[in-house]
Amino acid sequence: MNDARDTVLARIRGALGDGAGRTPGPFPEDRRRYAASHTSADPGDRTALLAEHLADYRAHVHRTTEEELPSAVGRLLAAHGSRTVVVPPGLPEGWLAETDVEQVHDSGPLTAVELDAVDSVLTGCVLAIAETGTIVLDSGPGQGRRALSLVPDHHVCVIRAPEQVVASVPEAVARLDPARPQTWISGPSATSDIELDRVEGVHGPRTLDVVIVGGAG
Amino acid sequence: MTAEDRTRPGSGTRRHGEAPRPTAGAAGTFVGMPAFPQAAARAVRDERLRANLRHATGTIRAKRAGAVAELDDWQHLRQAGKEIKDHTLAHLDHYLLQAEEAVTAAGGTVHWARDAAEANAIVTGLVEATGETEVVKVKSMATQEIRLNDALAEHGIAAYETDLAELIVQLGDDEPSHILVPAIHRNRGQIRDIFRERMAAWGRPAPEGLTDEPAELAEAARLHLREKFLRAKVGVSGANFLVAETGTVVIVESEGNGRMCLTLPKTLISVVGIEKVVPTWRDLEVFLQLLPRSSTAERMNPYTSTFTGTTDADGPSEFHLVLLDNGRTDTLADAVGRQALRCIRCSACLNVCPVYERTGGHAYGVPYPGPIGAILTPQLHGLQGALEASLPYASSLCGACYDVCPVAIDIPEVLVELRERSAQEAAGHTAERAAMGAATWLLDHPAAYRAATRAATAGRSLAPRQLPYPAAARNWTATRALPQVPAETFHQWWKKHDRPGGSARSSSQRPSQDGARDDPPSPRSSSPDDTPDTPQDQA
Repeated sequence: MNDARDTVLARIRGALGDGAGRTPGPFPEDRRRYAASHTSADPGDRTALLAEHLADYRAHVHRTTEEELPSAVGRLLAAHGSRTVVVPPGLPEGWLAETDVEQVHDSGPLTAVELDAVDSVLTGCVLAIAETGTIVLDSGPGQGRRALSLVPDHHVCVIRAPEQVVASVPEAVARLDPARPQTWISGPSATSDIELDRVEGVHGPRTLDVVIVGGAG
Repeated sequence: MTAEDRTRPGSGTRRHGEAPRPTAGAAGTFVGMPAFPQAAARAVRDERLRANLRHATGTIRAKRAGAVAELDDWQHLRQAGKEIKDHTLAHLDHYLLQAEEAVTAAGGTVHWARDAAEANAIVTGLVEATGETEVVKVKSMATQEIRLNDALAEHGIAAYETDLAELIVQLGDDEPSHILVPAIHRNRGQIRDIFRERMAAWGRPAPEGLTDEPAELAEAARLHLREKFLRAKVGVSGANFLVAETGTVVIVESEGNGRMCLTLPKTLISVVGIEKVVPTWRDLEVFLQLLPRSSTAERMNPYTSTFTGTTDADGPSEFHLVLLDNGRTDTLADAVGRQALRCIRCSACLNVCPVYERTGGHAYGVPYPGPIGAILTPQLHGLQGALEASLPYASSLCGACYDVCPVAIDIPEVLVELRERSAQEAAGHTAERAAMGAATWLLDHPAAYRAATRAATAGRSLAPRQLPYPAAARNWTATRALPQVPAETFHQWWKKHDRPGGSARSSSQRPSQDGARDDPPSPRSSSPDDTPDTPQDQA
């Protein structure tokens, strides 16, 4: 095994000639001539753009206030016909105050088969990206391990605006911690595999409800 | 493991009803794979294949242009993508060692593989150590390249492809024909037929009354694969990016099958080409803008997963990273061809290529089709095989591939370089070598050269516009006119004009006095399609 490592490294050094084996300086900052953002700095505009881009890829977007959030969540679970909902550790209790859908906690933890039997999952997120219509989960409080937002067919995700909304991919990357496992979600599960035409609904949740709280909605 | 060991048993099946499938050979290529012209000639006679490709590539081309036009800094992103990859390749040993250290520190195990056989042996051993006899797979070009599924099958391990297009290819006992959409050669009706006929043999059968509606076909795949995801203990993936400073693996997908394979199994094995490394987490801000817009023409693909080693109580408890060479270091050694290693496998070059649109992917061999395949396959495998030697010619050099490439790989430049190497190294170009030998002699003998060119101009009225023979020359001129022979040779013209104050030395023709010429040369300036006197090469 170490033979292979030594051989591959020796081949690389042979191919590179003089440049090999030295510790390079960082990639020069002045070569990053692309924009840090393509979007207005106004928080209201940023949140509106996020809503528009989420909807472009068939996420259902709902704007609400902190006070109205529990009833909005209750309505969405009822509209989907859900009888059970997965509750990740650290989810604010109040979010499920106005629904009688049965709450399933990830204690044990749940097996994949048990998780598959649950109708919905409710999570928060770490941030959302306006320009691409993306929500990012990093398994933090109120999000749970990655499988929770994957196996149930219905995902309700709450975003706090404007503080969790960034404009661009560079702004998101700067805020995120690579040591945490991340899932970047842009709309429900989809495929372009049949005639290169996009169809929603394959293995991930087929319905994605995004609730934007605050941000002058 | 020998080449014979890796030959797939029972491989006498056909690709859309045509030729017998060649068997896998030692280098991951195909023994008996016909050279590109023969394979392409067969493909272009397939009306249905051409209609499927025309429809699919036409759809995605217009969408990609729109997605790219949204970003007014696209060319800066593209330039940064190119330069970050070049920087990485120039220090590849350093960044691989850094990645190895970071992955190990985060709880992963790193393996190195010199070639396909070694990578297959490592993965097979890891799966056998778990005691499992099946794995679920995320679509991966690297595992296609090494033909991992065949190697696993020989050890009694079933590998289930879970990407929709890969599933279509696997159920149809077919080969992939596109980097992003391996079943692009199949239309919805063909896919329905494959699902109806073959799903039952692999697990849950297709639903009763399945139609050819794409949404219904996607639903059938969801139902078929779910039971496999839920019981899977081992997942196998490739990677889009490997971040050296943090050891983070990044996998970009659409369907959620990737997320299933990366999070539900206990053991995860990722097979990653050594060129996939990028130096820093921050570099993803460039590639996660370039890749989705170039690939599926989306602002962002539905799902991107990033993970660093293992995480307690989230996802696999065991993670293995297999770093794969398999010809990449040979490619790195070629100063011109090295740029092919910048490729982020977006497949934009396939979708714009006039040759790919007509021949489809199978003519290029497996697994890298289209323009990028035409420069990658001969470099990874060498130019000795008939297919590899012919691939540099599988292009009109129109340059559309370079224009759309998000990391600015000058594919025409590499094609021309490979044509030169092919002419020098490979068999089958004796006429070209003879002509070049004769030209070399003439250029070394000025008197003979002057006599020959004078003879040519003297006989210019006799020069044909088409060559009657040999057959190769006749074919070449059947669609091209030979250039006209001028009335006088350049030597004769120069003699007349080379006098003090003569028109040949007028100041306007002297670049040194042209003050506006301090721009660096365009990266395309060496490409033959910039040469105005070869319009017949324009597609």
